[in-house]
Amino acid sequence: MTTSTLTHELTERELGRTLAPRPTVGDAITQTLAMAWRALKKMRRNPEQFFDVVFQPLLFTAMFAYIFGGAISGSVSDYLPIVIPGILAQTALTACIATGTQLREDMDKGVFDRFKAMPIARIAPLAGPMVADLVRYATAATLTILTGLAMGYRPDGGLTGVIGGWLLTVIAGWSMAWIFTWLGTIARSAQAVQGISMMVMFPLTFLSNAFVPADTLPGWLQSFVDFNPVSHVVSAVSDLMNTGQVTSEVWIALGMCALVVAIFAPLSLRSYSRKM
Amino acid sequence: MNSSAPIHPAERRTAPAVVAQGLVKTFGDFRAVSGIDLEVRRGEVFGVLGPNGAGKTTTLKMLATLLPIDGGRAEILGVDVAREPHRIRQLVGVTGQYASVDENLTGRENLWLFGRLQGLSRKRARATAEDLLGRFGLEEAGDKPISQFSGGMRRRLDLAASLITQPPLIFLDEPTTGLDPRTRGQMWDTIRELVAAGSTILLTTQYLDEADQLADRIAVIDHGLKVAEGTPEQLKNSVGSSTLHLRLEDAEQTARAAALTARLLGEVPVLTPESGGLNVALADANQAADVLIALRQADLGITSAAVRQPTLDEVFLTLTGHPGEPEAADESEATTPQPEEVH
Repeated sequence: MTTSTLTHELTERELGRTLAPRPTVGDAITQTLAMAWRALKKMRRNPEQFFDVVFQPLLFTAMFAYIFGGAISGSVSDYLPIVIPGILAQTALTACIATGTQLREDMDKGVFDRFKAMPIARIAPLAGPMVADLVRYATAATLTILTGLAMGYRPDGGLTGVIGGWLLTVIAGWSMAWIFTWLGTIARSAQAVQGISMMVMFPLTFLSNAFVPADTLPGWLQSFVDFNPVSHVVSAVSDLMNTGQVTSEVWIALGMCALVVAIFAPLSLRSYSRKM
Repeated sequence: MNSSAPIHPAERRTAPAVVAQGLVKTFGDFRAVSGIDLEVRRGEVFGVLGPNGAGKTTTLKMLATLLPIDGGRAEILGVDVAREPHRIRQLVGVTGQYASVDENLTGRENLWLFGRLQGLSRKRARATAEDLLGRFGLEEAGDKPISQFSGGMRRRLDLAASLITQPPLIFLDEPTTGLDPRTRGQMWDTIRELVAAGSTILLTTQYLDEADQLADRIAVIDHGLKVAEGTPEQLKNSVGSSTLHLRLEDAEQTARAAALTARLLGEVPVLTPESGGLNVALADANQAADVLIALRQADLGITSAAVRQPTLDEVFLTLTGHPGEPEAADESEATTPQPEEVH
């Protein structure tokens, strides 16, 4: 080990530059931001990437409210406080799917070979697009809330409650996106990521309290719903927007988000590094 | 040999640019590289020559930390490739056979991004991008998206991107594959300029003339094994005899001249497609004089005569048992069958 250290020191002296053994945290942050810049440029040049986060909130909010409103809550306006937090969670999750498929598409491109050959933190090519995607989650959340307000939703939590709910949606979107990023690093094609992601997304949203109150479900299903992180996000957003209270649900939801990141970020990093 | 000892101990004053010993790469049952040794000296252009699927790109990818090394060891400038990949990446600039630049960005943006990723300040990244665009004749194309670039421009931008941090070692993986002859010539000039500036270059190619034009030394690789190594001259000499190329004044006399040389040297000359041309194999280059004297005495005039060493094509054929020029239908590089690329 000492001899090997000597050899690289010799090379460093000859070249007049130091060779870092590994990237520092500071490097990783700069590189992630540079990658986020790249992703934002790409978004600006391909605005069709915003199709899902623009139209889905409008369409789903209106559709769900008018179809289920009467049946579940007696009227559309009574259903809005239940369904808006649900739609927020659902659109954030859908936006995450695109994060995974686009990463997969990106990884097949030649430029990723260059990223791999450069002395950069392995997390940067993964985390960069996810930082840029905050714009997409924010767009989805904003449009869902605006559609709700236009349809007559009057949140009791007031402005701060709504901002809190919006913020939590964006945080949850970013955290859940790690699941789909991981799928992006293990699947063989973008279509595969899309397919698998749908199978993950539907149970996560529908087997939660997003659209119907959980107490109408059979007992065995209720225990899954209670565990589902999406349920906690929906309850937390609902508490923030409809009561303005930072309830324990908010902390549980944030804890769940942290847990998802803690599991799926290392998994993604590992399978991305192995792909090289 | 103790496997943890460096291949080149520190006492030696300068480590070579690249040393590889017994490199192995397998993909499932397929041995893409089965025990290759290489030594690249500093400041030279080292060519790895071989047909499609020979293992050139795989070897290069292992040395560039893009593929894990399955067997054997490699050091770059004294740094172990498998153990210290991050340091290796600071020493090597890689230009792949397919331009690895971002399609969604302009030329200028690409260079800026790669500069930022490698720790340049915003200002330095901008200045370096400007400088490289100028050096590679891309100033006017700097603000165009890559999708509007020609093949040659992409390759030049790709090469420029590998030089941002001025790495001491440059890997060029088939730098001119798929380029038209004129653009290929321009690329060669660019590479020669890099060499003149003191870079060490490891180059893979399937074109014999490219290796002949650029490389100081060549390793010929076939089926994952090194079959020969040396300067282009040494390789040509290893095939042996030189050839006398003759062109007669009077094409009608070709048969007579052929008969005459056959009698003289005991070997039948080969008639070339152009009229009045014939090639005579010589065991010794000095025999050329005997042939010319005999022709003069028989009153057979010539328009040209030249003694040539065998071409690398002939070397390649002798060494690998098959012609060197790639088949057009087989353009897709078969050396890296990565399963995830199959859709």
